[in-house]
Amino acid sequence: MIELRNPANILTAIVIGLCAVVPFLAPALGEPFYVIVFARIMIWAIAAVSLNLIMGYGGMISFGHAVYLGIGGYTIGILAFHGVNNAWIQWPLGIGICALISLIFGAISLRTRGVYFIMITLALAQMIFFLSVSAERYGSDDGLNILGRSDFGLPFYNLSDKLTMYYTIFAFLLLSVFVSWRLIHSRFGVVMRAAKSNDTRVQAVGVSTYRYRLTAFVIAGVMCGIAGMLQANLENFVSPDMMNWPRSGELIFMVVLGGMSTLFGPVTGAFVFLMLSEILSTWTIHWHIIFGPFLVLVVIFARGGIAGLLTPRAARE
Amino acid sequence: MDYVLLTEQFLNGFQLGIILFLMAAGLTLVFGIMDLVNLAHGSMFMIGAFVGGTIAVLTGSFIVGVVLMIPAMLVIGMVVEMTTLRTLYPRDHLDHVLATFGLILFFNEATRIIWGPEGLLVPLPAFLDGTVALGAITYPVYRIVIIVIGLAVALGLYLLVSHTRIGMLIRAGASNRTMAGALGVNIPLLFSIVFGIGAVLAGLAGLIITPITQAQIGMGEDVLILAFVVIVIGGIGSIRGAFIASIVTGVIDTMGRSFLDVFLLLFLPENAAESAGPALSSMLIYVLMAAILFFRPQGLFPPKGAGG
Repeated sequence: MIELRNPANILTAIVIGLCAVVPFLAPALGEPFYVIVFARIMIWAIAAVSLNLIMGYGGMISFGHAVYLGIGGYTIGILAFHGVNNAWIQWPLGIGICALISLIFGAISLRTRGVYFIMITLALAQMIFFLSVSAERYGSDDGLNILGRSDFGLPFYNLSDKLTMYYTIFAFLLLSVFVSWRLIHSRFGVVMRAAKSNDTRVQAVGVSTYRYRLTAFVIAGVMCGIAGMLQANLENFVSPDMMNWPRSGELIFMVVLGGMSTLFGPVTGAFVFLMLSEILSTWTIHWHIIFGPFLVLVVIFARGGIAGLLTPRAARE
Repeated sequence: MDYVLLTEQFLNGFQLGIILFLMAAGLTLVFGIMDLVNLAHGSMFMIGAFVGGTIAVLTGSFIVGVVLMIPAMLVIGMVVEMTTLRTLYPRDHLDHVLATFGLILFFNEATRIIWGPEGLLVPLPAFLDGTVALGAITYPVYRIVIIVIGLAVALGLYLLVSHTRIGMLIRAGASNRTMAGALGVNIPLLFSIVFGIGAVLAGLAGLIITPITQAQIGMGEDVLILAFVVIVIGGIGSIRGAFIASIVTGVIDTMGRSFLDVFLLLFLPENAAESAGPALSSMLIYVLMAAILFFRPQGLFPPKGAGG
C-alpha cells in the first residue's frame, strides 16, 4: 500500500514514524511540550481522514464537519458533568449520537448538490454550535471542564496515564486510515468514487447513490465524533469553539493541503497545518496575516496539495 | 398577547431582514453571475463598517461616512476581485471556499492590526437618535431609517438590474457568459463591477448596523451564515427570492427569540419552557431551512434557467 520511491510516501512515513516515537523522543530532546502537540495533530488527522472519505472520495464538500468533533466531545463532557465516567456508557452513546445526527443532517443536505450542499452543511453545523452556546448549564461560551477521563474499568488500561492516552489516539489514527483504505477499495468505495465522477451514469446502471452517500456521510460523522471524544479526553475540556465554522474550514484546508483523495494526505496535511501554525504563532500574534494569504496561494498554485507536489508526474494517474 | 411588544419585535425582525437582504443580494448576485462562492463577503460587511465608521468619526458626520464608504467599498471590492478572485472562476467550489476562507483570516487580522482588537464605536447623529410614535408604540427613528434605506436599495437594485443598460449586461453575463463576451461585452470588467456592487451592499449593511452594535472583528461572519440560509431558502441567484427569504428569516428569527418561550408555556411546565425556549429559538430558522429544502431542494424561487 505504500510505494517508498514516491517522495510523498516518504513524508507520510516520516510523519507516522514521528507520531510513533514522539513520547520518547520529545522528552529526550528537552521539548516535552511536543507530546501534546503531536497528540492534537493526530486527533485533527483523524477528523481530516474522515472528511477526506466523503470530500475526497465522494465529492461531498461538507463545510460543517467540525460539528461532529463538538458532538462527540460534548457527549463525553455532559455525561462526565452528570457524573457518568463509565467509558462503556460514554463511548457507545457518543458514537450513537454522532451516527444519529449525521444521519439526519446527511438526509437533509444530500437532497441537494454543489454549493447548496456546502451552505447547508455549514448552516446545520452552526445550528448545533449556537445550541451549545445557549446551553448555560454546560458553560455556554466558556466551555465545560471535564473532571475525569473516560473510565474503562480495566486494571491494565487507564486513559489518565499519559502514554496510554497518547497511544490510544495513535491507534485510532491508524485505525481510521485502515478503515478508509478498506472502504475505498471495497465495492462500496467503488460506487462512491464512480458517483463522484458521474452520478447520473451510476444511477442509470441501477444503483441508488443517495444511500451510498448517506452511509459514507454517517461513517465519516462517527469517525470525526470519535476524534472529538478523544479530544475531550485529552484536553479535559470542551467548548463551542471546537465546532465553530472556522474549524470546519481548517479541516477542509488540512485535507486539501495534504492531498485530497489520497489515503495519507489528510494526515500529512494536519501535520503541516498544525506545525506551521505552531511555528508562525511563536513569531507573531498576528500570524493569520501570513497564514491567510498562504492558504490562498496553496489553492491557486498547489493543486493536489503536498501529495500532488511531491508525487512524480509519472506516478500520477 | 401584548400587541405593542409584538409590533415592536416584528419591526425589529423586519430590520434584521433588511440587513440580511443587503448581504444576501451581493452574495446571490456574485454567485448567480460568476458562479463564485464568496465567504469573504462577510469581510466586506466588516470592512464597510470600519472604513465608513472611521470616516464618520473623523469628519463628525455619519452621513459623510456612509457617502464616502460607497466609493471606498467599490474600489476595495474591485481590487479583491482583480487580484485574487478572478483566478478562481474556472476552479471548483471547494477552491472558492478555501481561498475566500484564507481571505477572511487575512482581513480579520489586518483589521485587528489597523484598528486594534477592541472594535470601533460609531455614535449616531443627534437627529437620528430619537424615537417616533407609531400609533400605540414608540420606536427608534434610526431603526426606521434602516428599514427605509434597505427598501430603497432593494428598489434601486431592481431598477438597476431590470431597467438599465448595465443591468442588461449583467443579466446577459449571467445567462451566457461566453456568448455575451463574443458579442463584445467586457466580461472581466463586468464581473469586477458586479463584485464591487456586492461589496458596497455588504459594506452598507455593516455600516448602518454599526451605531446599534458597534464595529467588531469578525462581525460579518454570523451575518454571512444567516445570509447563506437566506439564499438557500430563496433560491441561489434570485434577488427577489433573497428579498422575500431575508424578511421571512429576519422576522421568524427575531419573533422566535422573543416569543418562543411564551409559546412553549402553553404546552410545557414553566421550568422546561424557560430552558428550552432560547435553545429552540436559536435553531428555528435552520429547521425552517431544512423543511423548505425537504419540499423544494432548489429553494423557493429558483431563477429561470438554473437547472439541475
